[in-house]
Amino acid sequence: MEPVGVAGTETRKELTLNMGPQHPATHGVLRLTLDLDGETVIRCTPHVGYLHRGIEKLAETRTYQGVMPLTDRLDYVASVANNVGYCLAVERLFGIEAPDRAKYLRTIAFEMSRISSHLLWLATHALDIGAMTVFLYCFREREWLLDIFETICGARLTVSYPRIGGVLQDMEPAVLESLEAFTRMFPEKILEYETLIDKNRIWLQRTQGVGVISAKDAVRWGLTGPTLRGSGVSYDLRRDVPYDAYDRVQFEVPIGNKGDVYDRYRCRMEELRQSNRIIQQCIAALPEGDILASDAPELDMPISGKKELVPEMSLGNASLAFGDRVSVAPKGEIYSAVEVPKGELGFYLMSDGTGNPCRMRVRSPSYVHAGALAKMCEGGFIADVIAVIGSIDIVMGECDR
Amino acid sequence: MELLVTIAKTVLYVAAVFGVTLLHVAYATYFERKVIGRMQGRIGPVEVGFRGLLQPFADMVKSLFKEDIIPAAADRTLFFLAPVIVVASVMTSLAVIPFFNNGAIANLNVGVLFIFAMASLAVYGIIVAGWSSNSKYSFFGSIRSAAQVISYEIAMGISLAGVFLMAGSVNLNDIVLAQREQPLGMFAVLQIVGFVVFVISAFAETNRTPFDLPEAETELVAGYLTEYSGFRYALFFLAEYISMYIMAALIALCYLGGWALPGFVTRALPFLEQVPGIIWFLIKVYAFMFFYFWVRATLPRYRFDQLMAIGWKILIPVSVVNIVITAFVKRWLM
Repeated sequence: MEPVGVAGTETRKELTLNMGPQHPATHGVLRLTLDLDGETVIRCTPHVGYLHRGIEKLAETRTYQGVMPLTDRLDYVASVANNVGYCLAVERLFGIEAPDRAKYLRTIAFEMSRISSHLLWLATHALDIGAMTVFLYCFREREWLLDIFETICGARLTVSYPRIGGVLQDMEPAVLESLEAFTRMFPEKILEYETLIDKNRIWLQRTQGVGVISAKDAVRWGLTGPTLRGSGVSYDLRRDVPYDAYDRVQFEVPIGNKGDVYDRYRCRMEELRQSNRIIQQCIAALPEGDILASDAPELDMPISGKKELVPEMSLGNASLAFGDRVSVAPKGEIYSAVEVPKGELGFYLMSDGTGNPCRMRVRSPSYVHAGALAKMCEGGFIADVIAVIGSIDIVMGECDR
Repeated sequence: MELLVTIAKTVLYVAAVFGVTLLHVAYATYFERKVIGRMQGRIGPVEVGFRGLLQPFADMVKSLFKEDIIPAAADRTLFFLAPVIVVASVMTSLAVIPFFNNGAIANLNVGVLFIFAMASLAVYGIIVAGWSSNSKYSFFGSIRSAAQVISYEIAMGISLAGVFLMAGSVNLNDIVLAQREQPLGMFAVLQIVGFVVFVISAFAETNRTPFDLPEAETELVAGYLTEYSGFRYALFFLAEYISMYIMAALIALCYLGGWALPGFVTRALPFLEQVPGIIWFLIKVYAFMFFYFWVRATLPRYRFDQLMAIGWKILIPVSVVNIVITAFVKRWLM
């Protein structure tokens, strides 16, 4: 405990509280240092980097396809969204176009991951504010989606389902039926969550007018996704820069107006309904055809040069030596972004013609949002900090990369 | 010789009451987990024993065998003492609760006041726990707890004053007997305002959702419990559950007619008179325990300033108005 004033000397009123990286409500390993006056937060300083795995640098040593599993580990609760974001960047860079069926399948998987991410967000956000039943209700429905992912591609969380120029494999009719059953049941379940918290006085008192950020500030801080839309700025890459099948489905972009925790909560709840609608439309309009572009280059092998095993000294030291690097891909660079559940996820890719990306940089929404925490938490109470962290839906895997 | 027999009888009765209460506490955790599990679409404990019935004992054994960790910077003496203060003062309150007619260990004339005194004493344990842990989270938790319990004790005491006025006594046994002539055989009808205030305060007093701020898991990790582990941690939990029982018992005794049934029920079905009073008492207590758990599964948590605002700006004024009205009615209309 720091001394709160010693007789005869200067009086210090502030108390510095270190919240995280090990804390039940910092959603992973976010660390905040809070300068407190009583329970009021005077200053909030976010610290990131506790989950840094060097994904961007690692990508330079992988083949284009080999980078895919790394993107799973960005926002691990919505891995398809990252996969698609990365695939689109590569496709746009190399001028590949996925076939129609693949586009629809990707959109379905994308929205499934959005629902499962938003469900996890709602679960933890509600738990942070103390409503523990919502947590288990959300996990119940999320389980169904994860099971569907498992049937599609064998993995539940880090799926790597999309491929550059398409998807890994087709969805069986049984899967689509199960998914359709899910979309029929889901709106009812959203109502169930809302019955518990939407009009609950305690919930309203905890969220309304808390963590307010104005539209102007939100844009200045570079917020995106529901965190930005809660402040009343209508910006959604799915509608504004459509990719995959988003230009062929009808959906609305919900916006708030006050920019507080409650508006961000409402935005995400509406998005759950819209995502559900998108999946329904995609299943109904799913065209027949290929699932992988025929002009997709052979990007999964490192280089098309010859390979030979050069024995050195002993077998233990045997190393794989590659022949001269041959240009297998067009050169160029591109910034391509998609609307992931958290906001705008951008990939900046640079190709030098070899089979590996020369540079990859990720613009992750969680990182930007973590920065804006300082602005949103100032002047609130400790309990508000928790509500605000929940409302910006931060995932440290994506933030620290 | 006679004195020795009396002492032996008292000791045996005390041991029986405490033993039975501890058993009830053990199964309150089981009850809570089962009830909340049902509400949340889970099944609760099922593995240990038949339908998980031995789970409380498994938990107890586990916490007993855990390594006893004392933080290096903690004040060891106070750190040891804190859980003892809490458990001792909470358990002492059990002495004045009449489980059936004249069934209290000590039939004190100031029974209710004694319970309040002991509840206030338990706060010292919490403050000492937070202070001696030498951790900021514990410190915040204990400060919150002290402020909360003190504020809500005022509302609680004032709301009970209505009952004292109606019963003309502070003795719990007399309060129950005084309810016989009431509508439905309970004060909860005429003292409905006081009853509601008391129930809300009971949640705050025992640190239960939606007022579980002192140990708000997501904000303060575990509040004043943050640095505690193993059996010391279990002691705090024991104290929390006993105080839940005491609050439930107070509500049953002061507002719901205690061990007695409403007059019209016993007149309609006279054989119910033969059932021991403790059964009705326990049914009422467990109904309120169920309410505790139900609320926990339903509501989010208040923020600290909101909690204080409810206590000082709503509950205390309302309960003051309630006793003024009760006093007037009692003096001039009855």
